[in-house]
Amino acid sequence: MTPFPAGTFTPAPGRGSLGRMLRVQAGTETRMALRHGEHVLLTLLIPIVLLVGLSVLRVFPLPEPRVNSVVPSILALAVMSTAFTSQAIALGFDRRYGVIRRLAATALPRWLLVAGRLAAMLAVVAVQLVVLGVIAALLGWTPTFGGVLWALVTVLLGCAAFGALGILLGGTLRADIVLAVANLVWFVLLLGGGIVIPLAQLPAGLAAVAALLPSGALAEGLRGSLVDGTGPGAGPVLVLLAWAVVAGGVAVRAVKLR
Amino acid sequence: MKRFGATTAVAGLDLTLDRGAVLALLGPNGAGKTTTVEICTGFQDADAGEVRVLGEDPSGGPDGLRARIGVMPQGGGAYPGVKAGEMLRLVAACAAHPLDPDWLIGVLGLDSAARTPYKRLSGGQQQRLALACALVGRPELVFLDEPTAGMDPQARRLVWDLVAALRRDGVAVLLTTHLMEEAEALADQVVIVDHGAVVAAGTPAELTTSTGDEQELRFRARTGMDVTALAAALPPGYRAAETVAGRYVVRGRIDPQVLSAITGWCAGQGALADDVQVARRSLEDVFLDLTGRELRS
Ligand SMILES: Nc1ncnc2c1ncn2[C@@H]1O[C@H](COP(=O)(O)OP(=O)(O)OP(=O)(O)O)[C@@H](O)[C@H]1O
Ligand SMILES: [Mg+2]
Repeated sequence: MTPFPAGTFTPAPGRGSLGRMLRVQAGTETRMALRHGEHVLLTLLIPIVLLVGLSVLRVFPLPEPRVNSVVPSILALAVMSTAFTSQAIALGFDRRYGVIRRLAATALPRWLLVAGRLAAMLAVVAVQLVVLGVIAALLGWTPTFGGVLWALVTVLLGCAAFGALGILLGGTLRADIVLAVANLVWFVLLLGGGIVIPLAQLPAGLAAVAALLPSGALAEGLRGSLVDGTGPGAGPVLVLLAWAVVAGGVAVRAVKLR
Repeated sequence: MKRFGATTAVAGLDLTLDRGAVLALLGPNGAGKTTTVEICTGFQDADAGEVRVLGEDPSGGPDGLRARIGVMPQGGGAYPGVKAGEMLRLVAACAAHPLDPDWLIGVLGLDSAARTPYKRLSGGQQQRLALACALVGRPELVFLDEPTAGMDPQARRLVWDLVAALRRDGVAVLLTTHLMEEAEALADQVVIVDHGAVVAAGTPAELTTSTGDEQELRFRARTGMDVTALAAALPPGYRAAETVAGRYVVRGRIDPQVLSAITGWCAGQGALADDVQVARRSLEDVFLDLTGRELRS
């Protein structure tokens, strides 16, 4: 005798609705990203501390109101933390724990598997923008409407460039190596990649390199949009696009989702 | 056929699974069970040979086929930080008419661990979640790769009940196992594989029925006794063999005289014939005879 009434498992196969799959996958991944301590430290706490600290403490000279010059750096940091570091680490460990294989064995189409990850990444970035925007406003941030629109476009480009790099890193190396590399790159780009210290204040040689890095391009693009009111500028846009296309192209070949 | 470099993982393996039947793939570590399951579920492509699953070629894992099958991969798989219910709801969302995930969580005894992230679940709990993920989409065919590995006896019993219920409801099941009793209890068809090839196939009854009316007597004793001398000590026509170190079999009509002759002969060798069994061969005996290897040590 079995405890299961007859007909309990009668086959009724079929694929679920695409919209629902995308919603549930992206929702699950977003919730996990927002409750995972180390990821929250990286994506929210450090940017908040730096935003408040650099705006309030006069560690180096900035035009008043200081917060206006700090916000572009912090938004660039937030995008890099989520799209690159956090994403690469999560993907590295998801692969180790076999979730990609698990989902690849369901009716979830492969493109949707990728779309769900990207949607979750964008959802986390949206949360960051709202939280950091509100705190910046409380600190006296006075952006223009046009500046915010340009900044959103630049953020999306930054997500594309850093996201492609994050997937490339997290999708190809072993989880513990991904963890080490992603954190190291985050730290190096934060200080030397044009994020906290603007290109104009870096040594000339380093500034030239940083301008070609996604971090420098994203931060300069955001400064152009939010501080100078000139939009991101052709240089940063091209650099971000180039990183997105190249890293995305390599990732498509190198990353095995099965 | 599937090769990895010089290793041929699967070669010459013919399987047919009927709708609503249970097939057990039985074999030692490295026999090629997982490789076979992965070829059938589209995770690997065969280097040669033909595979049809529900009438479709599984290579590359076509979307249409994946919607009809349920898979429990060896070693499971989930986000490290996901809770069991979340994971099962996600897998359920991929199916058109899923079972109720909360009910299934309860059935599998995972509600006490509902708030624990996957990476902190015990091995047996991870196995249960993997099983739930394989069943939640109400597939026509499920692949269970070592479904009871690492489970306690109670959980194993539950899995057996589940497989029986699946079979009753018309779901076809292909499962792999190391456990003879599991294959014997669950399967309509047992296929014993070793080194990637079928070494025997049939119903459990067919496999365990000795040829003709010949009987067998099996016992354990110290290793390396001279089996030719043992056979010589018995009436003509009896055969004796050491199947695996320390395990002996005598084939022929087993009557009380023969039994006492065997134990007496062992005593003469200074050995105690232990664990003496007459009668039908168990699947385990079949397996040992065919592969010369112990499954469990
Ligand atoms: N990716 C791989 N690269 C190289 N060799 C492999 C690979 N996958 C499997 N093999 C080899 O193929 C053979 C069959 O492996 P498989 O995993 O199918 O065995 P199995 O029957 O599932 O064993 P187990 O009972 O331990 O799960 C083994 O010899 C294994 O070492
Ligand atoms: Mg295996």
